[in-house]
Amino acid sequence: MSFLRSRFVQAALILVLSAVILRFGIRPPAPWSVFTLYMAVVFLAVLIFVSSDSDSWRGFIRPIRSTLVDPDQRVLRSALVVVIPLLLGYYAYTQAAAKPQAPAELRAVHPAPPDTIQFRGKQINISGAENPLRKDQASRQKHVAAGAALYIRNCVYCHGDNLDGQGHFARGFNPPPANFQDPGTIAMLQEAYLFWRIAKGGPGLPRESTPWNSVMPSWEDRLTEEQIWQVIMYLYDATGQQPRRWETAH
Amino acid sequence: MACDSRNKLVYVLLVFFALALLGSALPVDAQDAAREPAYRAFPVLGSRLAVWAVAQLHLNFAAFILGCPIFAVIIEIIGWRTRDQRYDWLAHEFVKLTFAAFSTTAMLGALLLFLFVGYYPRFWAYLTSIFFPTYWVYALLFFGETFIVYLWYYGWEWLSGSRKWIHVSLGVLANLVGTAILVVANSWVTFMISPGGIDESGRLVSLWKAINNYTWMPINVHRLIANIVFGGTIAAAYAAFRFLSAETQEERARYDWMGYVGNFVAVSAFIVLPFAGYWLGREIYAFNQTMGITMMGGFMSWLWIVQAILIGILFLGSNYYLWLGMERIPGSERYRKFVPPMLLILTIGFMIWATPRTMVITFDEARAMGGTHHPVLGFFGVMSAKNTVVNLMILTTFLSYILYRRANRISTKPWVRTGMGVQWAAFAVAAVIVVFFGVYGYFVDSLTRIGFSVWQVLAVLTCIVIVMAIDIPMFRGARSTGTIRWGTIATRSQYVLILLAVTFTWLMGLMGFARSGIRQHWHVYGVLRDTSVDAVTPALGYAANVITIVTIVFFALVTFIFWLGGLGERGGPKGHAPAPVIAGGSDSSEGATSQARPQGATAPSEASPRIDCAGKAGARKS
Repeated sequence: MSFLRSRFVQAALILVLSAVILRFGIRPPAPWSVFTLYMAVVFLAVLIFVSSDSDSWRGFIRPIRSTLVDPDQRVLRSALVVVIPLLLGYYAYTQAAAKPQAPAELRAVHPAPPDTIQFRGKQINISGAENPLRKDQASRQKHVAAGAALYIRNCVYCHGDNLDGQGHFARGFNPPPANFQDPGTIAMLQEAYLFWRIAKGGPGLPRESTPWNSVMPSWEDRLTEEQIWQVIMYLYDATGQQPRRWETAH
Repeated sequence: MACDSRNKLVYVLLVFFALALLGSALPVDAQDAAREPAYRAFPVLGSRLAVWAVAQLHLNFAAFILGCPIFAVIIEIIGWRTRDQRYDWLAHEFVKLTFAAFSTTAMLGALLLFLFVGYYPRFWAYLTSIFFPTYWVYALLFFGETFIVYLWYYGWEWLSGSRKWIHVSLGVLANLVGTAILVVANSWVTFMISPGGIDESGRLVSLWKAINNYTWMPINVHRLIANIVFGGTIAAAYAAFRFLSAETQEERARYDWMGYVGNFVAVSAFIVLPFAGYWLGREIYAFNQTMGITMMGGFMSWLWIVQAILIGILFLGSNYYLWLGMERIPGSERYRKFVPPMLLILTIGFMIWATPRTMVITFDEARAMGGTHHPVLGFFGVMSAKNTVVNLMILTTFLSYILYRRANRISTKPWVRTGMGVQWAAFAVAAVIVVFFGVYGYFVDSLTRIGFSVWQVLAVLTCIVIVMAIDIPMFRGARSTGTIRWGTIATRSQYVLILLAVTFTWLMGLMGFARSGIRQHWHVYGVLRDTSVDAVTPALGYAANVITIVTIVFFALVTFIFWLGGLGERGGPKGHAPAPVIAGGSDSSEGATSQARPQGATAPSEASPRIDCAGKAGARKS
């Protein structure tokens, strides 16, 4: 096992092990874009590891130098001259070859909401707005129940009965419907933001970061203002999430 | 008398006609002003690109000339109080760099002003209607700064000896005035992001409220700290360049030390920079949620992934430089075992910080993940995870520094075991607090989670204070394991210093784009709309190209200016005290490995290498 003391072998092992763990140790698999990002960081770290002191660095480059210049390494050198271009060529081919699917997309996390919107001819402030139904605590359960009924009737087909974005139609959409159970969705947003997204849907998304490809309908023609607030109350109640409050810093 | 009366009448008539002419001309002027175009087109490049490039270049130079004197005067004070000539030399070197870049900064500022007046006249007229009184303050401050810095630089020899306190006071004054310039200019910039002190129609109501708007103070603090980091990295890069082109061992030792100090300054300030940035982000959210979401979750969200990669490189690079630097310190071998675990923490922290919340995915990958958010890695995409790892990376960097600091010293204090125990406990407690709040943050609402970041920051800062409060007395009068062999550091370390400077410059450009881009199609957010042909926010790729070109131009200019500044050193008498010789820097001591000091000898600290002035005793060998 003395070969394990070689810095070059250690570096190669770290890279291979990292690739295996990151590729097969994460379930579901990490997207290729994230995997390559991680591997780039690992590669950088390995370079630092082998070169953070002179002995280590000399140990690392010794086999490389030997392969490149020693006469008795001619066979290995010749093999590498063939194999490395082939591997690079194969990688280039896999990246350039047309695949029967849409290319990967870079999407924004949350589109920025407008300060105000027009809802059935009425101007509604999105910035700073609170859910008006929360003022009436006595009727809270009534509103949540009404919101649940509305959700089952209108939203469950896409967003699912567990509110996890796994509804019947979900697999037909790209991007898939939002998962409200995820702490990175409605828990990070004020209720007014949800009001805007429900009222205006995909057609009302801003031009920034287009195309959005959202199939979310615009619900302002089908639901009243109160109904939308009721659905929002239900979303937070059913998932156990808390709506984000408005900041009052400064 | 009649003649006098006639003359008087002529004068009165002349005055009358002059007034009448002026009176009639004013409306004409007013009409001309109304006909004045809102925008003019800069040839070939376009107005926005021209303003963007010049503004960024001006900002880079300004950051350097405002940041560098801050630590230059501190170093000068250290030299003054300890009567150590090498610190005085180093401070002079830093101010020399500042001085060389001073006029370029002013010229770029003037060019920027001309561009605004010429190509964005309506916008500039509006900004003037709000901030005109501050222009005078700015001009006066700039005059003051110029004269003070000139006096500071040229009076170095004249105000030495018993008059040194006057010289040091000039340095302090230069920094105060420089900071005042910064905060005045910041009021204009921040007003464009978060306007205040105006009525519904945009007219000025309160100048103070316009100045003291939501983002003014956070940007003041953020830029002040960032300027120190920037000044440190540029000075270190300059030292690296001089190290690489040095022809003697003395010169290499001198610039090795200068590079170390520059990097030390940069890393020290860099540690607190993320906290200031976080405060600024919160204020932007508090001012306008739309703007906040545009910045963090909207179309600029990917910019933060790029930022995470750059900051990750800064953390890795800074630590790598320290680890390489330990090689020139006899006795540091006992700390090498800490490098792999520290590197592991930094690597994992880097990976988590760079994990995007919404990933670039194919349709198949989205299906496999069950949505756009990965069920496992998605947890790394939110601020709880990112705040946690950045705090752990800061702690790790601090640990690197502590190990470097004590590399050639063995404490002789009887309470050393207790002291070290408390230090390790401080590290452990801080790490536990940081991780606890990071994990707990997933179970509370957003605002509560944001509040946790304050406790995480406090835990890290408290740890730093406790560890340093113990470390300084614990290693006072410590036994030495050898003198630092300045100038013998691996050459690649100098490329790391240059890399850090380039990375930080690029990062500043990126953050400048973010700060400006979040206004989208507004010159002054919500008040003065951008109706020019450039009223679109450029894509990140385009911005990256512009930032790259500006960074290249900046370094080309800096190299040229520093080369010009160095011309004075060639073949003539120096204007300042002769350059010092630093221990380990003598050619005759090259490769000296027998520099171990006798047992019990007091070691010089890592930032206080033994040094003589060449004109006095020559190089001393350890």
